[in-house]
Amino acid sequence: MFEQSTLAIIFAGLMAFSILVYAILDGYDLGVGMLLPLDNQKDSDSMIASIGPFWDANETWLVLAVGLLLIAFPSAHSAILKALYLPTVLMLIGLILRGVAFDFRAKASFSHKPTWDKAFKIGSFLAASTQGYMLGLYVMGFEKNVVSVCFALISALGVSAAYCFIGSAWLIMKTEGALQQRAIRYAKRTLVISFIGICLVSVTNLIIDSSIYQRWLSTSMSLLLLIPVFVFALYLVAWRSVKRLNSRKESEPKLNEALPFLACIAIFALSFLGLAISFYPYIVPNQITIWQSVSAAESLNFLLYGTIVVIPSIIGYTVFSYWVFWGKVEDLRYY
Amino acid sequence: MLDTELLSRIQFALNISFHILFPTITIAMCWFLVFFKVRFDLTGDAVWMRAYRFWVKIFALTFAIGVVSGITMSFQFGTNWPGFMEKVGNIAGPLLGYEVLTAFFLEATFLGVMLFGIKRVPAKIHTLATIMVAIGTSLSAFWILSLNSWMHTPTGFEMRDGVAFPVDWMAIIFNPSFPYRFTHVLMASALTASFLIAGVSAFRLLNGDDKRAPKLTLKVSLTAAMILAPIQIFVGDLHGLNTLEHQPAKIAAMEGIWHTEKGAPLLLFAVPNAETQQNDFAIAIPKLASLILTHQLDGEIKGLNDFDKIPPVKPIFFSFRIMVAMGFLMIIVAWLARYKLYRQERHQQVMPVWILKTLVLMSFSGWVATLAGWYVTEIGRQPYLVTGVLTVKEAVTDIDAANVGLSLLLYILVYSILLVAYLSTLRVMALRAVEIEEIQEQEHSSKTKTIKQELINARSNNTQEKAHV
Repeated sequence: MFEQSTLAIIFAGLMAFSILVYAILDGYDLGVGMLLPLDNQKDSDSMIASIGPFWDANETWLVLAVGLLLIAFPSAHSAILKALYLPTVLMLIGLILRGVAFDFRAKASFSHKPTWDKAFKIGSFLAASTQGYMLGLYVMGFEKNVVSVCFALISALGVSAAYCFIGSAWLIMKTEGALQQRAIRYAKRTLVISFIGICLVSVTNLIIDSSIYQRWLSTSMSLLLLIPVFVFALYLVAWRSVKRLNSRKESEPKLNEALPFLACIAIFALSFLGLAISFYPYIVPNQITIWQSVSAAESLNFLLYGTIVVIPSIIGYTVFSYWVFWGKVEDLRYY
Repeated sequence: MLDTELLSRIQFALNISFHILFPTITIAMCWFLVFFKVRFDLTGDAVWMRAYRFWVKIFALTFAIGVVSGITMSFQFGTNWPGFMEKVGNIAGPLLGYEVLTAFFLEATFLGVMLFGIKRVPAKIHTLATIMVAIGTSLSAFWILSLNSWMHTPTGFEMRDGVAFPVDWMAIIFNPSFPYRFTHVLMASALTASFLIAGVSAFRLLNGDDKRAPKLTLKVSLTAAMILAPIQIFVGDLHGLNTLEHQPAKIAAMEGIWHTEKGAPLLLFAVPNAETQQNDFAIAIPKLASLILTHQLDGEIKGLNDFDKIPPVKPIFFSFRIMVAMGFLMIIVAWLARYKLYRQERHQQVMPVWILKTLVLMSFSGWVATLAGWYVTEIGRQPYLVTGVLTVKEAVTDIDAANVGLSLLLYILVYSILLVAYLSTLRVMALRAVEIEEIQEQEHSSKTKTIKQELINARSNNTQEKAHV
């Protein structure tokens, strides 16, 4: 049996892990959705086929993350989501559109397919941009003024670009030929935009809150500065790799097509770690700490027993699922 | 003027009513798919694979709408009902958590293999994936119904400083109404799926589909409905007796009993009048309500006048009658249709077209019965959110009514589109299936007459009869 204060840290960790996994996994789904071409049926079929077996499970990480927030830190769940009520609703509408369009486009009468493709693209963009918008407001401590709304809009753009970046990196890995070439071009553009976005969020984070500034730039914590250095290095790796893939000739030996995607995962993880370091131990910036909002120990201990057993098996069968669909995407058929 | 509380209630009711339509199909339909797949593995008869392939697509579509419409609710707990988590979050939280951890990931992950992996994994693994999805959907029902039942009949907790703390998790999970509600809902799902499969199969036959698959799925689903419908009435009766023990005010509202009485009549129809505390236009069978509920002709049933807090009577009273009427209609139709199918198989008697048309009309009868049943039990808990612990009013949020109004409008818009799209897509899929060629090796199907011929015969018979009239 753990103490309540220990449980707060364990569940904050679990929640952070779920958010990160969600951002990576649904990030590439939503990215692929946003990049969907509306004038090329064959490519959009392949792109959707590449995420077909995964999107549902990927979205479940959001349910887990929000669920853990609700279960372990109920007052924070209420405070955060009340402050973000309308963007949350828009995000949910986006996720609904994206999720159902996936099935309808393949099953409704063929004349409606372009409409559902549009719904897929719009839904993906709506979900990604509202997530970015909410991240922006969170960083600004839910202040309601012009500056923070502007910042949130920039953040919306940054997160959408980051999702497009990981989405195109996914496509580089999963597709071939002309579609892969297009994905490489997308990756080059979104890489730059998302890099600028990350820089803006990081700098703003330092400016608006002096305690965060001190935490990052005090001499005793100088090891922390390795995080932005690594992020920068990873961006360079991704850039070089995308460049080489772009100028590759037929005769050249096989290049590592998974490298941009792996770099992207590492960038997401480190950026998220950076945010977590900035805000810990607050769960609502400067208002509620994880210890102030944590639920009863008897409840969390009960849930933890199951979690210890279940999380490894979730990871196990998730790996199994990716293994089953390993390699370049083929035509997606229901049988 | 609509206030935040009313808007939040409408919004949650809309969300949960829309959501339940889809899981109530998929929970049981997945077990039908397991049945089709296992029969294929055992017999090697391609017709089972045909049945699987057609219904797995409908399952996937239904499942997707169920997933996305369910996510909205986990957000609304915090945004619109913060008082719920503040007061009983220590109990509700872990039950919701276990639903996500043990059910959602299982079904979502294996769904990918089930839908798209049939050529990538061995047949046995694919069947196993189908079984995993079925277990996942049923587990999900287990946890959420445990929580819902706990809200009706809370046990295993203690109140400290106005907040509920868990004392005995087994008593919480297996609270008094849970076994009955869980069984009742699983049976409702089975009936909903049976009638949907029967209705769509009948629709295909009516449109001239003479392949074996729709005939087979019609037979399987009607057999299931024939067995399950009477059992459901029995389970529902047990659930009612359990409710009488734990939530007698709900029973009084269901039966329209305003004043405590001995030998209470069963009201077939009436219009409950809250002002006069009487029932207008009542058609009643004397003493039958007492007999059903207490198993004695003169048994006493507590009336609404004996309770401090009572739920609104009219919606419960009418919903209950709609549910029961639908239940009996399902029994009649299932037995009649199954009997006619038997006559067709054994004695080459033509399946009447009107039976098939009735089945098409009954495709979504499960939705009607399920929703009506949920309204009975949920409205019957009012004004409480958690019986005796928390009222709905205490739990509501303080956000601006305009925001809730806007989100409600968006949900109404999106859900209306989705419902129309869902129904028309089912129709398109069924019609498309009519056009597909029959399986090439016909060795199993040589015995039966094609249903197209039968239909043509039946139609000409009909016109002849009309001519005679």
